[in-house]
Amino acid sequence: MSAGDIWIVGASMTPFGRFADKDLVDLAADATLDALRDADMTMANIGILALGNVYEANSHNGQRLQKQIGQTGIPVYNVVNACATGASAVRIAMLAVAAGETEVGLAVGVEKMGKMGMIGGAAAARAEKKVYGPRGRYGAVMKSEGLLGTGLMPGVFAQAGTEYALANGVTATQFAKVAQKNHAHSVLNPLAQYRKEFSLDEIVSAEMISYPNTLPMCCPTGDGAAAVVLVSDQKLRTLDPDVRRRAVKISASIMTSDPWTESDQVQPDVNTLTRMAADAAYETAGLGPADLDIVELHDCFATAELLHYDNLRLCEPGGAGDFIDSGRPWRDGDTPVNVSGGLLSKGHPLGATGVANLFEVVTHLRGEAGDRQVEGARVGLTHVIGLASACAVHILEAPAR
Amino acid sequence: MPRQIPVVEYLALGDDPHLTSHACRSCGALYFDRRNACAKCFATDFDTTHLANRGRVRAFTIVGRIKRPFVSVVVDLEGGGVVKANLLGVDDPDAITPGMPVELATFVAGTDDEGTEAIAFGYRPRSDREAQPA
Ligand SMILES: [Zn+2]
Repeated sequence: MSAGDIWIVGASMTPFGRFADKDLVDLAADATLDALRDADMTMANIGILALGNVYEANSHNGQRLQKQIGQTGIPVYNVVNACATGASAVRIAMLAVAAGETEVGLAVGVEKMGKMGMIGGAAAARAEKKVYGPRGRYGAVMKSEGLLGTGLMPGVFAQAGTEYALANGVTATQFAKVAQKNHAHSVLNPLAQYRKEFSLDEIVSAEMISYPNTLPMCCPTGDGAAAVVLVSDQKLRTLDPDVRRRAVKISASIMTSDPWTESDQVQPDVNTLTRMAADAAYETAGLGPADLDIVELHDCFATAELLHYDNLRLCEPGGAGDFIDSGRPWRDGDTPVNVSGGLLSKGHPLGATGVANLFEVVTHLRGEAGDRQVEGARVGLTHVIGLASACAVHILEAPAR
Repeated sequence: MPRQIPVVEYLALGDDPHLTSHACRSCGALYFDRRNACAKCFATDFDTTHLANRGRVRAFTIVGRIKRPFVSVVVDLEGGGVVKANLLGVDDPDAITPGMPVELATFVAGTDDEGTEAIAFGYRPRSDREAQPA
């Protein structure tokens, strides 16, 4: 350990799913109290709280959480940043520790979505009287969705996938194999929203949502929370040996947004900012893709995961189709990807996602992942991306044993 | 002929329907929306430019789970510019090939209570010999 390092000493997540008997604060409290227990701490130790939540962001849920579990007067930040919300909360807590404002930070991500339908798929209500007139920045006289292509999430990630497929010869079946893998992985994860294996044939022939993604190739909506406790290097030295032994180092934490690209003006470019974040993370950590023992990446749709094999440099340029065919991203492959089941089956409560993937990697690096443990995992990477657009990549390392 | 209005301001109607774009006077970056400044070079002066009606398919999807499934395409226009619209007259994903040549087409998207027609645009496959490889 060296001065300036930040460590995760507590991590937890609730099961993801649909929990009618718990409200948003219940979920956040469950994850937070368990993460504190994991760190052998209480709210008295915490110097900053960052809480990520998307759909109820203006309810100031950080303070609502404090009122249930501990009000100590510390700074609280309510964070929203699309699907990178949870990761953004982690970075805010981490930056406060890095800046020396406090030695212990708490980041929580939580979402209560219930059965709200396909993510980003809701239609807008119709106007009552119809007289065409230009509105907004495009001078549109009517809703453009379905008329001038699609801008909804399933369509955006489907088009991102076919762009790669047309350029590199990827087939619809290769995209489906991503979902086959992640659903198979989820069977071993008791925290996953869905734990059902599908055959490739079942996936390919399921209801088409947005070609080439069928229903099992799209993540569900759901409820859930996750939390991490972060400490400075200096603080870590003072903690109990049992806590120190299980501490996981944040070797890189990078966040990007879209740089200008020509196509990004009409269709979100999910690749460029991911590549920038990954490259910067590898450089910061002094590690490369070959060093990774486990990867949790943002598979909101099966097409997205395949692209990110390439964006995160897990495969040869243009070779993401071959990469899934090779079996390398399976749990028993050389680069296990989304052993948790990924967003496709673990679930995607937006605000919780970017904290939950840290929990997953931390759990493997501690050797505590039970049936789904990637044996001997020492280095892991997490990735989230939200439109339009925020991307975060973290690289975590187990401490020397 | 009924009064017509384009569904978006960047569609110019008339004898030669085409798309227009705000072109950054400093770096040439193209934008369909009203601008405050250029997101690429930060300059604030723009010209209006006439975009080509021909282009090639860069990406697509077929949106299902709705009453009338449609094909959405992202098209790289000849001479610059990228646009998203519907692909007309195609419903088989296997018919969409890398760099497939397409051409702009307009159609009536609706009529309002005052009889004004909203004119939209999409792209049709261009199967002819003029479609040279990119
Ligand atoms: Zn410019």
